[in-house]
Amino acid sequence: MVRVELLFWAGCPSHPQALADLRTRMALLGLDPDRVEIREIGSESEAESERFVGSPTIRVNGADVVDPADRPAALTCRVYHRRDGRVSPTPDPADVHDALMAALAAATGAAQPGTSRS
Amino acid sequence: MATIEDAAPAVGRTAPDFSLPDTEGTVHEPGGGAATVVVFTCNHCPYALAWHARIVAVAGDYADRGVRVLAINSNDAARYPDDSLEAMRARVQSGDFEGVPYLSDASQQVAHAYDAKTTPDVFVLDPDRVVRYRGAVDADQDNPSLNAAWLRSALDAVLAGRNPEPAETAPVGCTIKWRR
Repeated sequence: MVRVELLFWAGCPSHPQALADLRTRMALLGLDPDRVEIREIGSESEAESERFVGSPTIRVNGADVVDPADRPAALTCRVYHRRDGRVSPTPDPADVHDALMAALAAATGAAQPGTSRS
Repeated sequence: MATIEDAAPAVGRTAPDFSLPDTEGTVHEPGGGAATVVVFTCNHCPYALAWHARIVAVAGDYADRGVRVLAINSNDAARYPDDSLEAMRARVQSGDFEGVPYLSDASQQVAHAYDAKTTPDVFVLDPDRVVRYRGAVDADQDNPSLNAAWLRSALDAVLAGRNPEPAETAPVGCTIKWRR
């Protein structure tokens, strides 16, 4: 079971594109694109409690697909860097893909009897 | 301190005049020359950052044709410290604004007067300070090959004495961060 969340702030227009990209990647990997948990962050206190560093934020099994490093929680558009260095309002689809793949691999490994947990 | 004249602009109407300081304190005003591009932008918004190089390239490519590009940061730096005057100055000193004065609209009066919506939000003014284009730089911040097509098309039209087509597009980006 892979849990996929998309957190967004309505003041930033990037989440529809991020959701579309995310669902495309999920479908490519055989995951149900409709199982994305979509949550709106509406206040600064909510951003703090959710450790929300900007919109959109995508988490797979609770882990951000891009390390937010030490960015503070904020109601803002999030700055991403594509793998070629360009700034973008949405994460590189390859980063989303890799996060989903890692979660799938972990889930598959966990489901196999005799898999080492050490 | 900004000074403002006139009312909120629309395409075909005279844009508000203003006087704003850049990061070194030199005051700039719109108008004069063959055309002026007024672009509301900032430091923290991914849309503004993604389109930034294309805007600076336009400034370089059109400078010898009498076009000036003025970048204005109107965001509330108290809530968004990345948009402080110090942070603006750091970007200018790093060479990020080659040929483009980066103006501080700390009072937010100019953004209000222009009814600026987003960063970026672009206005192209003719020599009489009439708005000839308002909107986005081009159709996709993630596609550098578009090369600021809407902005360049608008400038080419103004320089040729024609009306831009399109004359208006929807500005796309982060909302202006107004004071509360």
